[in-house]
Amino acid sequence: MKSFRGGIHLYEGKELAGGAAIVTVEAGQELLLPLSQHIGAPASPCVAVGDRVLRGQLIAQPTSFVSAGICSPVSGTVKAIEVRPLLRGKGMVIVLENDGQNESIPTLGEARDHTTLSAEEIRSLVSAAGVVGMGGAGFPTAVKMAPKDADGIKTVIINAAECEPYLTCDYRLLLERPEKVIGGLKVLLRLFPNAKGVLAVEDNKPDAIRLLKELTADEPSITVRPLKTKYPQGGERLMLHVVANVDIDSTRLPADVGCVVQNVSTAVAIYEAVCESRPLISRIVTLSGEGMANPGNFEVPLGTKFADLLAAAGGFVGEPVKLVAGGPMTGTAFTEMDMPVTKTTGGFLAFDRDDVSENATTACIRCGRCVSACPEKLVPQTLATLASLGEFDKFEKLYGAECVECGCCSYVCPAYRPLTQNMKLGKYTVIKNRRANAAKK
Amino acid sequence: MLNISNAPHIRNMRPTAAVMADVAIALLPVCGVGIYLFGWQAALTLALSVITCVATELVYELLMKKPVTVGDLSAVVTGLILGVNLPASSPWYLPVLGGIFAILVVKMLFGGLGQNFMNPALTARCFLMISFAGQMTRFTQPFTGTDLVSGATPLSQVQGGEQADLLQMLLGQHGGTIGETCAVAIVIGFVYLLVRRVISPRIPLVMIGSTMAFIFLFQLCTDQAALAFSANFLLGQLLGGGLLLGAVFMATDYVTCPITKGGQWIYAALIGLLTALFRVFGSSAEGVSYAIIIANLTVPLIERITVSKPFGYQKKKEGKAV
Repeated sequence: MKSFRGGIHLYEGKELAGGAAIVTVEAGQELLLPLSQHIGAPASPCVAVGDRVLRGQLIAQPTSFVSAGICSPVSGTVKAIEVRPLLRGKGMVIVLENDGQNESIPTLGEARDHTTLSAEEIRSLVSAAGVVGMGGAGFPTAVKMAPKDADGIKTVIINAAECEPYLTCDYRLLLERPEKVIGGLKVLLRLFPNAKGVLAVEDNKPDAIRLLKELTADEPSITVRPLKTKYPQGGERLMLHVVANVDIDSTRLPADVGCVVQNVSTAVAIYEAVCESRPLISRIVTLSGEGMANPGNFEVPLGTKFADLLAAAGGFVGEPVKLVAGGPMTGTAFTEMDMPVTKTTGGFLAFDRDDVSENATTACIRCGRCVSACPEKLVPQTLATLASLGEFDKFEKLYGAECVECGCCSYVCPAYRPLTQNMKLGKYTVIKNRRANAAKK
Repeated sequence: MLNISNAPHIRNMRPTAAVMADVAIALLPVCGVGIYLFGWQAALTLALSVITCVATELVYELLMKKPVTVGDLSAVVTGLILGVNLPASSPWYLPVLGGIFAILVVKMLFGGLGQNFMNPALTARCFLMISFAGQMTRFTQPFTGTDLVSGATPLSQVQGGEQADLLQMLLGQHGGTIGETCAVAIVIGFVYLLVRRVISPRIPLVMIGSTMAFIFLFQLCTDQAALAFSANFLLGQLLGGGLLLGAVFMATDYVTCPITKGGQWIYAALIGLLTALFRVFGSSAEGVSYAIIIANLTVPLIERITVSKPFGYQKKKEGKAV
């Protein structure tokens, strides 16, 4: 089975939550909806403090081409529009007071036949629903659905690798709502007349592969593609390498090589936006980790505070040492439980131990494990040192900005050096400098 | 209290000390056979070497008020490698001087683990070879205790055109340093290192292949050109001297070999070239140690020219901002 060079085999931890069916969580008293839950320009509020809003109503609209709107997950009143602490720094948030009525806008849930819609209508429905890439990056989906050359798109890939340990939200969607995943793919295929659809699933989910194969047996334009289980198979470039046999670096987008890649949750959101008139107002979140009392998968209204989600799920076992939003390889550690679940929050993990603080950094022995593990063929050992010394020109010359931040180098390092962390420092400094230089010209 | 740190949040469970312990375990067959063949003197030499290396690192760090790092076991590995490179009949001051030189001069003065640019144990061996040439080449014959035979190793025999007993060379029943004589023990260590994924086979195999190829080529240029076609000569070159030991345990030293894949090919091939040069045209029978430490010096250069293009790399188009 085709795979990619580098990468690592991890303890998967999927048995903790993988068996638990999706449970719906009721919205709490107060919901926090950040204006920036995506890559691109933040949305702009189109409600004022004191306004009553309905479930599904647009409360913030996109402000540019690369931007995404936000809809209300509940009915209630706008309590405030203010700066609140968020996972990555502070940001503007619409604070909603939930009235518990769950009063929806009249069109919510209205069935629609996507085969009667034009490509433009499909894109505007997805855009109006505020759909963004839910695998973690949060790239506005409507933009991805409007490449320069729609006829040149040959492959539409639903990325169901879910290679991050512990996370099982995509897996549960494949098992419990496969018709929506496939439906989302079909909607995408309507936009790209020359494209074939591929459902790419890591082979550690054999039951999901079997089910998808059964359901797509009569679909000539859709294939199910098992992938070798190896982290980070779900990375977009590696997905293209294995499934579409094309390699791209940071200078090109998948669309440049005739591909569109969408995550499982995103496919479901596309389906719901187009065929069920349901904007993106909830998502599946995996609660897991050794510190979680009841690991499971929950359908959570966006804006729900981690504290409310945790209470609904039965709390911690003992005292956790570390909390992570997302997966353990790329997720964000946090302490503030009053922060909200956003469109890109796939996991809420609680760990009863912390590998990072338990293992002190020691001297690099130049063993080369980071070089072998790097899927981007970089030399993290040298690059991380350059970045930590502030040698960003050399860092860029040695292709440091190609780093995809998968975390493999830090994971394998026997000296427990913060390689990925320094790579990120270097990468963002290089990108910042490039922008500054471009602005000067 | 909750911890905060940047991703990734999980780590492998194999710290430096575990990797070093694996190297030490891989050296056990070599040491064991050495002690079996050469008796208590071999054990004493190995022990003195290891103890001196660890003690030197410990004392230096205590005196310099630096964090003590002997727990990473790298000094143990250096001591073992130095030990297997000494003759069993070494007087006590050879392992002691060698150990101090390896750790103090080659390793600690350059910044400790990971900072030395030559293999400490091998550099110490070369230091001893220059300073104590007589004691370093007086090899004990197996099972004979203190009887010393100077010079006559199977390697020098085949180079002189004599036939060597290849079975004895495989089993190590001939004169040589403690660890270099028994090819079987070295191969067992090699397999262990591969299975434990401590090293990749790239450097050892390329180095041995390159050595044999260049010995063949160079031998053709000598007045004993016919030897190049003698299987006994070639196998004697392969099994004799420190070629196998050096290829498996010394050329693969993490700190002093290139980190890039392409660099490892060049580095290993270079060692082979130098070894063949020294063996065929040099005045002494052996040359692996010198070949490796000279190649060590070229590593920064090799690494600079062997950075591979990143995944999916495309030449930048004119005027396109990234």
